[in-house]
Formats: sequence, C-alpha cells, structure tokens
Amino acid sequence: MTTNSTPRVLGVALAAAVLVAILSIKLNTFRDYQIAEIAVEVTAVAGLTILTGLSGQISLGNGAFMAIGAYTTALLLLHLNWPFYLVLVLAAMVTAAAGAVVGVAAARLHGPYLAGATLLLGVALPSVAYAYQGEFGGDQGLDVNFTTPSFLGVNFPLTRWEAWVCSAVAIVTLVLLANLGRSRVGRSWRAVRDDEVAAALAGVNVARSRILAFVVSAACAGLAGALLAIVTGLVAPEAFTITLSIALLTAAVIGGLGTLAGAVWGSLVIVLVPTYATDVATSHGLSSSVASNIPIAAYGAVLILVMLVFPQGIQGAVRWLLGLFWHSPTPSWHTASISKTHEKEGTQ
Amino acid sequence: MKRSNRLRAPAIAVATVAALAVAACSSSSSPSTSVSSPASSSTSSSTSSSPATSSSPVSSSSAPLTASAPGITATTITIGSHQPLTGPAAPGYSEIAPASAAYFAYVNAHGGVYGRDIDYKYLDDAYNPTQTATVVRQLVLQDNVYAIFDGLGTPTHLAVESFLNAQKVPDVFVASGCNCWDQPTTDPETFGWQLDYIREGKILGAYIAKHFKGKKIGYFYQDDEFGMDGVKGLDYEIPSSMVVSRQSYVDTNVNVAPQVAALRAAGAQVVVSFSIPAFTALLKLTSLKLGFSPTLVVSNVGSDPITLSGLLESFAKQGGATVNGNSLTNGIITDGYAPSLGDANNSWIALFKKVHDQYDAKAPFDGNVLYGMGVAYTFVQAMLKAGRNPTRADLVAAINSGLPQGPLVAPYAYSMTDHDGVTGAYIGVINNGVLAPEGPVQITDTSATGAITTYSGTQPQAPASGIPAP
Repeated sequence: MTTNSTPRVLGVALAAAVLVAILSIKLNTFRDYQIAEIAVEVTAVAGLTILTGLSGQISLGNGAFMAIGAYTTALLLLHLNWPFYLVLVLAAMVTAAAGAVVGVAAARLHGPYLAGATLLLGVALPSVAYAYQGEFGGDQGLDVNFTTPSFLGVNFPLTRWEAWVCSAVAIVTLVLLANLGRSRVGRSWRAVRDDEVAAALAGVNVARSRILAFVVSAACAGLAGALLAIVTGLVAPEAFTITLSIALLTAAVIGGLGTLAGAVWGSLVIVLVPTYATDVATSHGLSSSVASNIPIAAYGAVLILVMLVFPQGIQGAVRWLLGLFWHSPTPSWHTASISKTHEKEGTQ
Repeated sequence: MKRSNRLRAPAIAVATVAALAVAACSSSSSPSTSVSSPASSSTSSSTSSSPATSSSPVSSSSAPLTASAPGITATTITIGSHQPLTGPAAPGYSEIAPASAAYFAYVNAHGGVYGRDIDYKYLDDAYNPTQTATVVRQLVLQDNVYAIFDGLGTPTHLAVESFLNAQKVPDVFVASGCNCWDQPTTDPETFGWQLDYIREGKILGAYIAKHFKGKKIGYFYQDDEFGMDGVKGLDYEIPSSMVVSRQSYVDTNVNVAPQVAALRAAGAQVVVSFSIPAFTALLKLTSLKLGFSPTLVVSNVGSDPITLSGLLESFAKQGGATVNGNSLTNGIITDGYAPSLGDANNSWIALFKKVHDQYDAKAPFDGNVLYGMGVAYTFVQAMLKAGRNPTRADLVAAINSGLPQGPLVAPYAYSMTDHDGVTGAYIGVINNGVLAPEGPVQITDTSATGAITTYSGTQPQAPASGIPAP
C-alpha cells in the first residue's frame, strides 16, 4: 500500500483474478451470480469514488449513467447483434459522452448544488424509457440475451461465465483507475479538490480537470450498466431508480471515499449484507412484516455504525488496523486531506 | 483548501442522510418467511435441469415418497416467489403472499399434498427487476426450490422469465394479467392465472357497447402494457365512433387534472378506466373537483372497493377534505373473476374466510387476500394432479392437460397451446363497499374476433375439507 508502482498494481490484479477464478469454481452457482453482482457494483462504485474522493465532486446521478450504458448494450445486442466486447466498449463511450455533457454543467456547480443537479438527472432520466416506449420498451424494458461461449461446453454454468466476464471488466477498470490516479491527471484532480485557486495558479485547467473526472466516472458507470444488463437479462426503468444512485454513493462512503480498495469493501457490504440478513431473518421464523424489514434495518445499522466508528470507511479501518502492526507512514496516493484528518485522530 | 472541504462535507452528509432515509423506507432487501416445518436443507445439486428419470406421474397410493425433483423431499415441497414486500408497490400487494402462505399452512395442517408439507419461501424484490433477478436466482440456484409460484409484477417477472425457462423450472401462476405469459412455444414453463387484460377489456367493452349505446365514451388508462392491453380489448368491442377521448397517465405523476379536463371537454358520458387503485381514486376525486360526473367503468385491478375507499378517504384528507369512501365508490361498474367478497353464501368465500381467520387474521379480508388464497388453492390442485412423486416436468404436464375450475368464476384456459389462466368474468356494480354481481359470467379469448359468450357451467362448490380432491 505504500508504493503503488505499476508492477505492484498488476500483481494485486492478478491475485484478485486468481481468487475470483478459484471462488467461482468452488462456490455454488448462486454465489457465482453474487460475484458477478459484486463486480458490477465495484465497477460503478470505483468510478464514483474517483469522482467524489479524488476530484471532490459529488454525483447522485451515476445510476442514470448506468441506465445509459445498459440501454446502449440492450439496443446494440438487440438490433445489431454485435459481439459483447465491442458493445461493452461502445456502451462506455456513449456514457462517457453523456458524462462530458453533464460534466460541463457540473464544473460550474459545487457542493449541494451539484448534488441537486445530478439528483435531477438520476430521477428524470429513467422516465425517458416510458416516454419512448417503441424504442425502449417502456415499463417492460428490453430483453438481453447473453450465453456462454461454445468453447466452454454446454454444461458450463452461465452464472460462472458472467462472474468471469464481470470480474475481468472490474479488475481491468480498477487497474486503469489506479494508474490514472497516480498520473498527472490524478494529481491535478487532487490539486483541484484541495484548492481550486492554488491549482489554477499552478497551471492546472480546473474546468477541464473537473469535466474529465465526470467523464471517467460516467464511463465506469456505463461499463457497470452494460454488465448489469447481461447479468439481469433485462433492462427496465425500475432497475435504475434514484435508489440505485444512492446505493452507489453509500457503497463508496462505507468502503472509504477515494480509495479503490474501499470501492471493493463497499460493494461487498451492499451486495452481501441484505442476503445475509435475509437468511438470518428467515431462519428465526419471524412474521413476514417484521422479517421483510430486517435487511433494510441491518443495512441502515451497518451504515450508521461504520460512519460512527470509522468515518474514513472500511478501508480507513483496515489502514488503521494495519498501522497498529506496521508502523509505516503510509502516505498513499489518494488522499492528502483524508490521511491528514486520520493522523489528527490518531494523535488524539 | 478549507473552503472546498467545507463545501464538500455537507454535500456528502446530505447524501448520506438521503441514503439512510431511502434505505429506511424502501429499497434493497430480500426477506422471506416460510410456512410450517423447517426448510429442508436440500441436497446440493445446483442447477438441476436433469431430465425426468423418475416413474410415471400417477403412482399407486402406496408408493413411498421420494425426493423426486429438486425442492421435493419425502416430507416437503419447497417453492419460492418474488413479491414486493417493501417499497412503493407493497401496500396491498404485500398481503398476497402471506395469504397464500396461510392457505398452505391450512393444507399442511390437514395432511399436506400426498403427506408432504408445502414450504413457501417468498423473498422481497421491492418491485425492482434487478432485485427480482437476484432473489429468483437465490431461490433456484441456492435454495433449490421446486417451482416459482405467483411471482408478482410484469416488469419484475419479465426479468426472470427466460432464466426460469432456460433452467426448466416451473413458473406457475404469475401474478400479472399481461398477455406475455401465454407463450407456450418459447416459454413452456410459464403460466398465467388471473384474467388477462385483453379478455378483461373485451368483456368490459362488450358491456359498454351494449348498455351505453349512443353515449360518448372516454378512456383513461395507465401508459404501459396493463393499460394498453386493456385498451386493445376495449377497442375490439367498442365502435371507434363512440370513443370521444383517450387519455393516458404515467404512474409517477399524480396530477391527472389535464386528462380529466380533456375527458370533460370531450363530453364523455362514460369513462372507462384501466388504472391502479391510487389512480382510480385520483380520477374520481379530480372529477369531483371539476364538477364532472360520468359513469365510471373500472378494471378489476383498480376497483377493489375496500382498497379504493381507503385511498379516497386518505387522498381527500391530504387535500383538506373529508369524504365518505364507500359512498364515492357507489355505482362504479367493474368486473370480477373471483366471487364477490360480499357473497357470504359462496362456499369459496366461506372457506377462505375460515382460513383467513385462523392463519392470517391480522390482514384485512380483502381482494388481495382472496387472490393469494385462490392462487394457492390452484397450485395445490396442480400439485395433486402432478402425482405422488412428481418431477418438474410432471407439474408442467399436469397444468398443460388442464385444471378443473376452482375458486374462480370461469374455467381456466390451460392446455398445451394456451398458458393463459381464467377465461372470463362477470360484470358487477359497487354498492356500499361491496361488489354486487350483475349478470352472468362471460367468457372469451384474446383474439379480435373471438366471441364473448355466456358461461353455461356453474362454479363448483368448495370441497368440504377445503382441500382439492386428488
């Protein structure tokens, strides 16, 4: 965690890929599906955590970007029947373009105003699907057909293939974002986040830097939307309500804003806690009106606990724990200000 | 530096609070309950599309009970469902699965299905297709349910229809009137149950064409497959010259004043409404406000008198007015495919009331509860017909060979080539909070030319035991 050199990032990525492969073969097919879901979530949350943690902008509209990616995927597969990897690239590009448009507006807004503007996007965009039912299938949405490639044989479970595809995309995305974060671009984002005037004086183009952050974040959301489309097998407006956008932000905050590892932690919590809470609620034979609300309560409780105990999110906690054992200075690349607060807490 | 941090902190705080609020009032979750005995921690075979290798479906009554299919053990049949237990679609609809569970509990207490208990595991999808996809995969891939039963909602269930058919999991009695469940060639595992919206539109349309000849008709419908299938059926029967205005609404916009004003301006004397209960109430209240009082004809989905009356009173209260819900619903013409709740002499109502009072007493005895019990009864009918040690294919074959008429007023359409559910309904008028049937049961098909005929049979009596005969 000290030096994020490229070989180190690639090493971690390779280890993650091996881990996913082993887990997907060892666990049952439903767990494979959950791995795919986590990978989708990681892809989207990583983009958001970069936007919010590194460039200091907030977005409550990344669910809408996911919708753009998902509908692009569904339409291309449905009408043109392109190979999926090509569709994936196109979905990211289309969403990046949408991100640029929103970014131009966003570059002028700060704090709650930006939150409000992106909230508008998150609420309004899914309604477009109702307005143009012929193209977007309205309420019923569009079907997405995704199958295992023939070379894997007929008995290869589809969910395992989905887990592999989604994890591969998620890992590649994380590697690219890690490199971007350490590059000149990432440094200018942090400079703009910490002090716009100083950054401008130092020669950083503030507006361009902020727009670029939106583009990157939207592209990640577009990728995640494309993956969600193949995993769910259906693209419908109900899947992209404002709840989704807020869940993404929640995952980023729980995991630890601005850190890619935090995006992974947050995604694990968002996907696994409800299922686990359901199993617990079920096994205790509670009445349905009580049991149906337990996962929601658990979700809220986890959120409150993490925020109270570890304001830096789970990754902050992990770093604190590691700090207890190693006494390394850990000046990681992502958070000048966050680690500063952290040090302050440590000394109190 | 301090400035930007100060600005960012509140924004994130706002977002976090919003997240908490949303998390608390709706959204992500997947709870479940199971009826009766502990769930069989079924054996591990994961995807289970194994071809039927077992014996013939009709085994002798002495044959030992075996684990004949995924989800079936010697003692239990585990089935699953996705339901909106939380979120915006939960009010009303969340009563359906507990009502089904109550009927299964009754069956379990009276000997079960060939001695097996039904274990009904329904998970919350909050009416979100992404969550439907997750919970149904959990049920099929991890919990190894025998079948998916009564999955609720059109967009939600569409998200899992092809998955279930690919896995060869019986997908029985979807809780939606979409015509899309009737595709026996592409989706042989999927079956509808309730009256589909096209048939319903035809039956309402024929009544209007006959009883309101020469009157001006206006349409008010939800802008999705529900409303559009309904309008399709209406248009098959009502001459287009009679229709003076067609107004649609989207269920996210509660201001229906423009639509009502347009209906009024067109001089509509009869308004046909394919709407959910909340929008039936809004239509009625907005009409009152504009001094517009057409005869209302409302689809079954949007006309449950108890639900409607409650909504009318609460909406009026929000607007600072007091109304009597029951008196406002008086005179609404609608259709029913289940016996009227007000018909205490009906043996089915008596049976389900008894089960309700014993196993589900906390819920009001309304249309949703009746629905849940009726569809559960039909499932038990199908399971009994599938045999003592059924495979998954046996259940599908049993329904394909037709099911006897049960708690609904008309026969089912089920056959190898037709996966629609009930085929007809009667017209009724709401009077003092109760649906009073008016005229005989009409049956029809979903085609433009298919005749609407009076059903000549009669609804069989509910069995005294409350459990269908094998």
